[in-house]
Amino acid sequence: MAAPIAIHLEFGGGAELLFDGVKEHHVTLPSQSEPWDVKQLLVWIRENLLKERPELFVQGDSVRPGILVLINDADWELMGELEYQLQDQDNIVFISTLHGG
Amino acid sequence: MCQVDEEYNSPLEHKSLPAVSKKCMKCKEGTAVLIIRVGDAFCRSCFKEYFIHKFRAMLGKNRVIFPGEKVLLAVSGGPASSCMLAQVQEGLSRDAPKKLRFMPGIIYIDEGGVCGQNAEEREKAVVQLESIFRMTGFPYHIVPLEQVFTLPESVLEPVYSREQPGSSYKAAVDQHIRTEVTRGHGEPAVEETQDAVGRLSLQASTYKPEHKLALEGLFSSLKTLTAKQDMLQILRHHLILHTARINGYSKVMIGDSCTRLAIKLLTNISLGRGAALAADTAFSDSRYGDVVMVRPMRDYSSKEIGFYNRLFEVQSVFIPGLDTKTADKASIQRLTESFVVKLQADFPSTVSTVYRTSEKLHTACPPQSSTTEAAAKCLLCLCALDTKAGKLQH
Repeated sequence: MAAPIAIHLEFGGGAELLFDGVKEHHVTLPSQSEPWDVKQLLVWIRENLLKERPELFVQGDSVRPGILVLINDADWELMGELEYQLQDQDNIVFISTLHGG
Repeated sequence: MCQVDEEYNSPLEHKSLPAVSKKCMKCKEGTAVLIIRVGDAFCRSCFKEYFIHKFRAMLGKNRVIFPGEKVLLAVSGGPASSCMLAQVQEGLSRDAPKKLRFMPGIIYIDEGGVCGQNAEEREKAVVQLESIFRMTGFPYHIVPLEQVFTLPESVLEPVYSREQPGSSYKAAVDQHIRTEVTRGHGEPAVEETQDAVGRLSLQASTYKPEHKLALEGLFSSLKTLTAKQDMLQILRHHLILHTARINGYSKVMIGDSCTRLAIKLLTNISLGRGAALAADTAFSDSRYGDVVMVRPMRDYSSKEIGFYNRLFEVQSVFIPGLDTKTADKASIQRLTESFVVKLQADFPSTVSTVYRTSEKLHTACPPQSSTTEAAAKCLLCLCALDTKAGKLQH
């Protein structure tokens, strides 16, 4: 049983519009049987934070192509992308590079 | 053929995941922070060096911006153009031998009137941008899109009369060094005050209510988002061009990234602008004659720019556009973007392949060739008309 973890989420480049224009979110993920990974985080964001048009943020299991993901200021491609296991106090940033956000 | 899916599925799904905390491929010491191309991981400091070098190399290789020339930077507030502004600032802050030697100014076109923003939202965006522009110390021009109705018709005619300052880059450099020596430090101050005056007059200019209505009427008469986006781009260029002309800028820098250019290239083919591809996507575009548009950011992908802005705190301002929060199929531009970006996610060389193709395109006849041809230009985009080619086929 993994303990609940507190993480910091940040949305930029227009992605914040889908979250009522709020750029920074401090959230606590509830405890669950297995450790949290990014894939589960995306599901959690979709259910708990996203305010509108979920298809403009998540597509399939992953984020919409064109949205950059940084884990603790490093490219998520270096961290294992969806399989990265979240640690307490991690900083996850989503930046849209798409035209118009 | 039916087995395509089975054959390609497995390598796509089992992408090998690189080990966490990989080392930088350049210095072999620093911890990598991003992957630029497949397998090329860079650490923070090597990435910064690489990024800055690329900007200078782009200008150095093309040799179209002469020392002492006035260059207008078209900044929309978005990541790519904000990053371009940061790169110019960086280049001008260097010590003598490595210093960029042109004189920049900034233009922002306030398009809020067609993008559904109210007066307060527009004001707020302008205030944010002004604080960024002020910190650069460069003269800046904030022009509402409504002013497009005050433009003289002459903006739609290419101008070739004015002599280029020195036909070759080398001659221009020599001349610059000579004038630097002779004039000492007195003259630049005069130019600065002239700029300040220009800035004041332009800042004071706002838009008239009837022009606001005219603009709204124009855009509501366009039925599709595709046409609106296309029209906005044309009007924006006219305003930038006019501002450059009346303020004596001979070059305009546009912050198109290679991702953006790849999307533009495919969009323009779909829009029937195939004949104008070279002019629309090349490094330098001289269709307007006296004012040349250059695209110094065309070697950076949107990912590189996004990371640079994040890691080195380049401020950008998000301003909703026509296509904000629209679905993938809302317009041809939007659909092409989604097509390219999605393909890029699975095949990381997509953008560079499309972009390299655009590099190989050239205009068949240089625009300066003859005066009689001037009649055969498109009234809106000033590219050579290709309507005859269609008639011949019939």
